[in-house]
Amino acid sequence: MASVVSLKNVNKFFGPAERPTTIALKDINLEIQPREFISLIGPSGCGKSTLLRTIGDLVEPSSGEVLVNGKPAHQARINREYGMVFQAPVLFEWRTVLKNVELPLEIMGVPKAERIRRGREMLRLVELQHFERHYPWQLSGGMQQRVAIARALAFRPELLLMDEPFGALDEITRERMNAELLRIWHETQTTVVFVTHSIPEAVFLSTRVVVMSARPGRITEIIPIDLPYPRNVETRESPRFFELVTLVREALRKSEEMREELELR
Amino acid sequence: MRPSPALSLVLIILALLIAWELIKLIFNLDKRILPHLWEIAVAFSQPARRGGPPLFSVLFEAALYTLRGALLGFAIGALLGFILGTVFAHVSLLERSLVPYVIASQTVPILAIAPMVVIWLRGSWLSVPVIAAYLTFFPVTINTLRGMRSPDPRAVELMRSYAASTWQTLWKLRFPAALPAIFTAFKIAATSSVVGAIIAELPAGIQQGLGGAILNFNQYYITGPERLWAAILMAALVGILLFVAVSLVERVALRNIVRAA
Repeated sequence: MASVVSLKNVNKFFGPAERPTTIALKDINLEIQPREFISLIGPSGCGKSTLLRTIGDLVEPSSGEVLVNGKPAHQARINREYGMVFQAPVLFEWRTVLKNVELPLEIMGVPKAERIRRGREMLRLVELQHFERHYPWQLSGGMQQRVAIARALAFRPELLLMDEPFGALDEITRERMNAELLRIWHETQTTVVFVTHSIPEAVFLSTRVVVMSARPGRITEIIPIDLPYPRNVETRESPRFFELVTLVREALRKSEEMREELELR
Repeated sequence: MRPSPALSLVLIILALLIAWELIKLIFNLDKRILPHLWEIAVAFSQPARRGGPPLFSVLFEAALYTLRGALLGFAIGALLGFILGTVFAHVSLLERSLVPYVIASQTVPILAIAPMVVIWLRGSWLSVPVIAAYLTFFPVTINTLRGMRSPDPRAVELMRSYAASTWQTLWKLRFPAALPAIFTAFKIAATSSVVGAIIAELPAGIQQGLGGAILNFNQYYITGPERLWAAILMAALVGILLFVAVSLVERVALRNIVRAA
């Protein structure tokens, strides 16, 4: 099957080309298959957000190839092949919840009746159908982020890019949102690339966890997550869950030690 | 219990009127420095000239005349400011090269420029709205620029992820995000457009407006100071009227942008 995302020897430098001040991404190679849920995890400054933005053509790589659905990332962005969710909901405060979800459809020139129909469908998907006339400030942080997810899915992209979407939420809300996101992922059959620095979150959600290290930002390990579906509260309490959490934690520590060795040399 | 806005407004005005009379009483000011309030009130009802209509109707006509120039000047200045601010927000080269001149334009005293504008426009009435616009475009330019730049960078990225055109990003994100700042500028501009119109009437030799009235009553200040005070009150009323009108439009336009705070 063709990869949804294909990264080949991707590098990203900041500063002058001959003497870069920061190596944000170094030799990134990654293939993401349809229906996968990939988490990018690593310490701050490891370039996981930069990598996500490279896939979305919001950041241009210094070298290497980024393909989305077999096309260059730029073309995929112009074709509107992915939806984006940030750490903050970034809702437009002058629009109602429904109008916020309709925003991408408006930009894409979808007729009004169809917009409303799909907006409502998406709000049902995130279970906010009773809030369509509310304004963003009338909702809690978790609800706002659900609106942002509905907005990102409104035009049915095959790929969902999420940059620490639950990073600002409390632990209890975050776990609920995790379960919610898995359900949405199942229902919509979307491929997800998910940036996080929470190990349990990465393990609970993913089909594969991509472990990264900082300075330079590299992929140090890719850990397949074989937890059975449906994943729920019991999943979080299963021995296998703890094993995998430990595995990811050790991989993170190992990559950190490797980096320190490199720096000492 | 908190008093209603209308009641507190009445109380504030009452307090100001009492303060006026108290200051007059305490410092023993004569009528050339500060006339009694009732002297001004009486002046409104008396003819300004022997056998002429009462001062109130003279000033009312003058106020309408000046309001016309101020309104047109406000409209021109607001439109110009909006366009300039929008262009500056999008083209940083133009922003860096032209904004210093926009700022410099406001350091030149309007009194020095007004006579030149009158000459350039051959003494036509148009010099009034042009000079009013000169005062009003500045706050609108600066606040439009600031407001258009105010959206969260991630909101701009979001629009980019939708492959939205610059035009779509302008109308769906930057413009609504800038509206609160733009309305703040409109309120400042509304009052200064009245000041601009009054000042412009002087070198243009226009007699029908409040500028002409103020100049005229200024010459007879020694014998009838309350008439100049009446003209000043009328000018202030026109400014307040415009301010309130803009505030009402603002309240309707921004009714959805209510913050949780």
